[in-house]
Amino acid sequence: MPEGYVPFFIFVAAAVGFVLTMLLVAKILRPSSPFATKLEAYECGIRAATTARGRYAVRYYIIAILFVIFDVETVFLFPWAVRYKVLGWFGVVEVAVFLAILIVGYIWAYKKGALEWV
Amino acid sequence: MPASLFPPYEDLLRILPEIVLTIAGTLVMVLEPALRPERKRLLGGIAIAGLLVALWGTAVANLFRGPAFHQMVVVDGFATFFRALVIVVGILAVLCSIHYLQRERPDSGEYYALVLFSVVGQSVMAAANELIMIFIGLEISSIATYVLAGYLRDDRRNNESAIKYFLLGSFATAFLLYGIAWIYGAAGTTNLVEIRRVLSTPELAPPRFLVGVSAALMFVGFAFKVSAAPFQVWAPDVYQGAPAPVTAFMSAGPKAAAFAIFLRVYMTAFEPISNRWEPVVWLSALATMFVGNFAALLQNNIKRLLAYSSIAHAGYVMVAVSAHSEIGTAAAMFYLAAYAFMNVGAFAVVTHFARQGEKYVDVDDLAGLGHRQPVTAALFSIFLLSLIGIPLTGGFFGKFYIFKAALEAKLYWLTVIGLLNSAVAAYYYLRILVVMYFHEPGEAAQTVSPVAPGVKIALWASAAGTLLLGIFPSVILDFADRSAALMK
Amino acid sequence: MRHLWLIPALPFAGFLLNGIFGRRASKAVVNAIAVGSVALSFLWVVKTLLSLGGMETPHAERYFTWIESGILNVGFELAVDRLTAVMLLVVTGVGLLIHIYSTGYMAHEGGYYRFFAYMNLFMFFMLILVMANNYLLMFVGWEGVGLCSYLLIGFFFLRRSASTAANKAFIVNRIGDFGFALAMFLMVVQFGTLDFAGIYPAAAEMPAEQTAGILTAIALLLFVGATGKSAQLPLYVWLPDAMEGPTPVSALIHAATMVTAGVYMVARSSALFLQAPLAMDVVAIVGLLTAVMAATIGLTQFDIKKVFAYSTVSQLGYMVLAVGVGAFGAGIFHLMTHAFFKALLFLGAGSVIHALSGEQDLRAMGGLRKKIPLTFATLLCAAVAIAGVPPFSGFFSKDEILLAAHHHAPWMYWVGVITAAMTAFYVFRAIFMAFFGDSRGHHHPHESPPSMILPLAVLALLSLAGGFIPVPRFLEPLFPAEGAHHDFALVAVSVGAGLLGIGLAWLFYVSKPGLADSAAARLGALYRLVYNKYFVDEIYDATVVRPLIGGSRAVLWRGVDAGVIDGAVNGIAQRSRDLGILLRMFQSGNIRSYAAWVLLGSVFVLAVLGVMGGLR
Repeated sequence: MPEGYVPFFIFVAAAVGFVLTMLLVAKILRPSSPFATKLEAYECGIRAATTARGRYAVRYYIIAILFVIFDVETVFLFPWAVRYKVLGWFGVVEVAVFLAILIVGYIWAYKKGALEWV
Repeated sequence: MPASLFPPYEDLLRILPEIVLTIAGTLVMVLEPALRPERKRLLGGIAIAGLLVALWGTAVANLFRGPAFHQMVVVDGFATFFRALVIVVGILAVLCSIHYLQRERPDSGEYYALVLFSVVGQSVMAAANELIMIFIGLEISSIATYVLAGYLRDDRRNNESAIKYFLLGSFATAFLLYGIAWIYGAAGTTNLVEIRRVLSTPELAPPRFLVGVSAALMFVGFAFKVSAAPFQVWAPDVYQGAPAPVTAFMSAGPKAAAFAIFLRVYMTAFEPISNRWEPVVWLSALATMFVGNFAALLQNNIKRLLAYSSIAHAGYVMVAVSAHSEIGTAAAMFYLAAYAFMNVGAFAVVTHFARQGEKYVDVDDLAGLGHRQPVTAALFSIFLLSLIGIPLTGGFFGKFYIFKAALEAKLYWLTVIGLLNSAVAAYYYLRILVVMYFHEPGEAAQTVSPVAPGVKIALWASAAGTLLLGIFPSVILDFADRSAALMK
Repeated sequence: MRHLWLIPALPFAGFLLNGIFGRRASKAVVNAIAVGSVALSFLWVVKTLLSLGGMETPHAERYFTWIESGILNVGFELAVDRLTAVMLLVVTGVGLLIHIYSTGYMAHEGGYYRFFAYMNLFMFFMLILVMANNYLLMFVGWEGVGLCSYLLIGFFFLRRSASTAANKAFIVNRIGDFGFALAMFLMVVQFGTLDFAGIYPAAAEMPAEQTAGILTAIALLLFVGATGKSAQLPLYVWLPDAMEGPTPVSALIHAATMVTAGVYMVARSSALFLQAPLAMDVVAIVGLLTAVMAATIGLTQFDIKKVFAYSTVSQLGYMVLAVGVGAFGAGIFHLMTHAFFKALLFLGAGSVIHALSGEQDLRAMGGLRKKIPLTFATLLCAAVAIAGVPPFSGFFSKDEILLAAHHHAPWMYWVGVITAAMTAFYVFRAIFMAFFGDSRGHHHPHESPPSMILPLAVLALLSLAGGFIPVPRFLEPLFPAEGAHHDFALVAVSVGAGLLGIGLAWLFYVSKPGLADSAAARLGALYRLVYNKYFVDEIYDATVVRPLIGGSRAVLWRGVDAGVIDGAVNGIAQRSRDLGILLRMFQSGNIRSYAAWVLLGSVFVLAVLGVMGGLR
């Protein structure tokens, strides 16, 4: 085994050891008195209506995906906007291609009725 | 400075097929909602036109050989060969699908866009010269294919197929990505030629352990995609469950592209450690041939039978890979081309014969097809004979070149076992022939309708390809030979 | 590029069109495609030859590399030189006439389109055979014409005798093809190529002490191929039976073109044969024996097509004799004139048979001279040509051969002359029996349609005047003449023999009809021996066919096949199924177990590739 990786493994061992040590110390020090309300998902006292593993409408999923897509779009636009002058025409063309693809996707989703909440 | 940011004009021409295919796919997506269901077949026409233009684009790109986009892709004979191959497979698959889709799901035309996008991914894989590009190409191709496998979303088998393919595929891709991370960590680059340089320079060479782990992890990803043992378990279920034309497509195109990157990575980047991966490929080839051929013996569902057969054929190509030579590479390329034609052709027959809801997909259903539709049966026979490896078909020369390469690499045992395996394989292919010609026509054969025009074209084209490769093998082999020699 | 490929490609296109769409097409369309494609091919031959001019050197066109394996590189390469030019004109010209004739002859037969598709396919393969520029491509044509011959002999496949005859032709030819294939293997070993242009100079330069062994072997094996295709002793037996096919087929394939392929091949390989004197002697003697033997059988047959079939065997013997004594030009010359007059004889016979609604027995004919005068006139032209009456075509070519034989060995000349007399006798015997005397049948003969008469007339013209085409001089650059000068006495003797044969036939069958039977009776056993074709078929049956079948049945089938092979196969099959069942158990369909398999596999691969390799 090459010597160059020795620090890496020491680091890994230290990381794992630290977590284990901490958990162990906490276990020893803390008082233990569990009761039902304390073990609920929302400890503040609001009862969970159903289990978290239940079904939910697929529309949430679609909306979420669309959100993420346009969210990421902005993330990509931001650095371009910041370095607009440096990137020049090249940046404009690249962003235009990028936006064109996204807009086609948007049109398609719109036409398919993905944005309507039925 | 800004002017230099634009890529050179030639670089754009070098990815012309991908550009064309992307535009065509996007066009299909935009037009899709605007068309009434009975006119959706128009989209199939657009897809075929796009693929044909992309084929022309491949030829244009081939005139500008060389690396592009900072060595991320490279256009060489190898890339051109596989680009052309996956595009042709795309054309044949679309031809098979038009009628099938009108019958099974007339309201939806995104299918064609998905096929086009999948071909884009495969085309990127064919030309990728760098691990990240390989990964991107693989994902573009795979994600489109996952959706295609479950395209008839009201069909339970389709759903099963898609979810299995997706989960296991992602699982395997994770291995590949992890392997890429390891080699990047070890060699400090993702460029295949650079990796090779680093690995073969003693002063720079990273620890062998790291390289070995990386090669192993990437092997898992590739072997999964080409359905080589022991990562073939997904193939029978997925192939059986997916719509027949999709199975035709994904057993030929993505598989060929996966072999393309497999060959390129192992023949280029990992070439310096070939003595270590050769035994693994050897073992995998052996196991793949056995699993594919022997499990196929007992199948009665044609799609499942062809799925196992597809595994077995991957095993033969693995033999060529383990020969680890230029002629081995050329043999693998030739075999994949021959396999694409004969396999798509066979699935085209299944597509035609299965009817509404894929009702007739058992071997016994074919009884008497030889009397009812002699031409279809004759074409099917050509594909089956080629799959067996009878002379005058592409399958024969494919096997011939592979085993020749194996012998020259002194892989005597693998050759012997491979030949025995192809003898076993003859049994289950011949069984289909026997049922087709010597059994009394059953209900399925008696109600069979005329072959749809698209399927007919695909059938004849595949048969022509199969015979062309069988009668004039040098047409393709010469090209493959030269490409394999230039790859380094 | 002169686009030589168009010459075979046109009939092939005709084959494809008629073969695929012919069933639904009308007869007129089938005719147009079949005859038109051959006519275009003929015209393209003429145009090509005119534009090529003198053809002092072969004009070759290579289209692509067909097979490349190790040292062997075989191209798809066609070539035209003077020899091929003669063959091309004969094949496409006579082929065209026979295609036209067939449109009339086959008009009432079923499977019309099938017939023409096969005929066109035959033309394709025959043209490949004569234009090939290497032995392998020639072999493709060689096998292809064999296949077409098989298909066409068995054209009336509902008739048992037809399919038996087809099988016989095919199987006997296999023996010859085996020789051809072996010769090719030897050539690859010796010369490393199959190209004519590569082999012949190499063979010519070989020192004498080397040629004796290998070149003699190659030449003899090639000749084995020729004896099969060109119906020489001992493989001639298939040709008489091949008359089961429709008469135009007999004319085209089994008289004018395919059966001469062996002669063509020997002439083409002259560079090899000239280096192997022993092989040349074998060729000459086999040719001569075949010529005599077949002629004697021809004397006694009563089926009009059988008479001409044995005549074909005999005439082929002449050609083989010619190439055997080194007179390649004369052999090809006779090949051409024979194509004219023998095609005419068969087509005329076909016209007679057509007129009599299928009657082939000479004894049931007679007196047809007045009923079908046009057929009679054309057949007479063919008869005088084959009998060697000057100045008709057969006279010139046969004379060339006999003179060359005399130059080689005088006794060969005398045997040839006797054969010539017999030839004249049996041909005129057939003519006299069919057309003279009183009608012995109950038919109402009718003259054939113009589509049949026209080719007859053209061929009659060629039979009469074809001898003035100076083929041997045309071929002189390829086959230098051996300096056999014309000796008037020898010519006179052979012409006299021919006239004697005609005279005897007149005596036996016209002026004194009873004489033939009494002569046959007086010869007794000898006559029966000849009439029964020397019992060759029976001898082959007893010595080769039956022992082979019996042996195969006892040893190979019961012993090896049923015992060893079946037992082993069944055992292996059972084990294979067991293995299949085992493998099926892994395929549970459960996605989590699949993932586990993937994981297990990757651990395995990691272990082999990563860790094990890393420790080394």
